[in-house]
Amino acid sequence: MMARKVLALNGDEAAAYAVKQCKPDVIAAYPITPQTIIVERLSDFVADGELDAEFIAVESEHSAMSACIGASAMGARAYTATASQGLALMYEMLFVASSFRLPIVMSVANRALNSPLNIWNDMSDTMGARDCGWIQIYNENSQEVYDFTIQAFRIAEDHRVLLPVMVCHDGFVVSHSTEGVEVLSDGEVDSFLPPRDPVYPLDVEKPVTIGCVGVPEYYPEIKYQQEVATKKSIETIKEILREFNESFGRSYGIVEEYRTDGAEVALLTIGSISGTAKEAVDEMRAEGKPVGLLKLRLFRPFPIEALRKSLSGLKVVGVVDRHISFGSCMGGALNMEVRAALYEMKDRPHVMGFPTGLGGRDIRVEHFLKIIDELLMIAEQDALEEEYKVVGCRGPGCIGP
Amino acid sequence: MRGIVEVRFHGRGGQGVVTASRLLAEAALLEGKKVQSFPAFGAEREGAPIKAFTRISEAPIYIRSQIYTPNIVVVLDPTVIRSERVTEGLKDDGWLIVNTIKDPEVLKEELDAKAKIATVNATSIALELLGAPRVNTPILGTLVKSTRLVKLDSVISIIKSTFKGKVADMNIKAVERAYQETKIKGV
Repeated sequence: MMARKVLALNGDEAAAYAVKQCKPDVIAAYPITPQTIIVERLSDFVADGELDAEFIAVESEHSAMSACIGASAMGARAYTATASQGLALMYEMLFVASSFRLPIVMSVANRALNSPLNIWNDMSDTMGARDCGWIQIYNENSQEVYDFTIQAFRIAEDHRVLLPVMVCHDGFVVSHSTEGVEVLSDGEVDSFLPPRDPVYPLDVEKPVTIGCVGVPEYYPEIKYQQEVATKKSIETIKEILREFNESFGRSYGIVEEYRTDGAEVALLTIGSISGTAKEAVDEMRAEGKPVGLLKLRLFRPFPIEALRKSLSGLKVVGVVDRHISFGSCMGGALNMEVRAALYEMKDRPHVMGFPTGLGGRDIRVEHFLKIIDELLMIAEQDALEEEYKVVGCRGPGCIGP
Repeated sequence: MRGIVEVRFHGRGGQGVVTASRLLAEAALLEGKKVQSFPAFGAEREGAPIKAFTRISEAPIYIRSQIYTPNIVVVLDPTVIRSERVTEGLKDDGWLIVNTIKDPEVLKEELDAKAKIATVNATSIALELLGAPRVNTPILGTLVKSTRLVKLDSVISIIKSTFKGKVADMNIKAVERAYQETKIKGV
């Protein structure tokens, strides 16, 4: 195989480059830090004639999603990108997109929510939108952003799925970090992603109604179908990942295992912080400590079976959330899901949560070494004293600033 | 993290600190290395002290935190030395690269630095050749001369593909001039 081009791209640029190759018909987006570069690059591509798409410079994110919904209902391939307050403003329309079963793809450069005003990274935005019926993919670096943006269109538009997809990458830490990205040729992307084949597009010749009232006599069945489709999509997602891997020499799974052979305790991470956590695992392994790491790539649908398989046999799992679900029982949403998924499992590991990196607080290898120490102690005592502990924070019971 | 060379850039908003970090990463990428380049996020304001970071490695780079114990510190604006602790965490066997009119011996004493020091008057080079105090390209010439982290040709190639026409030519001249005029202490 001919060597592929390696370009220097930050996460936002990687998303924009991938979107260009996916040839959307309509892009409707409003720039917001740290997603701005995506919108700038795409509008450049359209203005320079490199991308033949309708670029709609909307006045708000609510309108961005509304425009994507209209375009997608017409059968167009529609794309948008947002972050933080923008996603919050879109919230109402997120449910409409998924309930209409529209394969819209949206990049989210994860950013904390106000207040206090904060432009930096955590996952409060997308974790808060976890129940709105979108598939959610979380990426660790620019390469993954590129690869999964392309796969997102394929997943969304597959007739067995027909759901919108959020492709998430951490604000600044990924969005503004330049790395080498091996890109596919336009022809390779074309062969992987055929033009969209819409099922029931709006068409004056063959009229259909979308978005009418759902009375109690029909509403539950529609929601049930949505739930069944979302749960079932996991098999299609796995199939598409396999095809992508085989076609382009990648090795992605919905859960990534890092040095889990012989591990007794493991970190369970999501997004870019996985990279720093891997360094900590390497250091601990060098000292002979039985530590591994699992990275969750897919949060919706939640990969229950894959996770149960990966976590079985472990004594302790430390779940690293990038947000706080205020007043919940387990600190963060990821920790809640993991514990719930394991509840009926025999010989389940202890699970402790570590919400961390809030509002862009830099999380270092040392933070993870402390978390791992805590996990090893739990393994030794075979008992958990606290459900979760906030990391990278000044406060009673927190682990280090 | 073994095998990763970490570089921290200090300067002020508007001097091209982030660009310097990115150009260095791109030059290394051209040589087939794994790279990472990122700003100290969100602080970019004209004139404000800012930082940017570059990691270069033969093996894949996983770590994504900021850089606290750099192998190399590059100072684009000597006045930030008064407000920023530029040598903080700098490895003893590392390099301190400074745009200054001072000789490396003087700076070494002033900063009580253990690391090796290279200096260059990048501001005068930039003013003369670029017509503005944009020292981000010439300082790379000094970085290359002293540390040999990447090849001079790689930096020149990246400047050619990043800038156009006369701007590219003058930036290349600035890099070459700084390369020649680099003063080194402690080698």
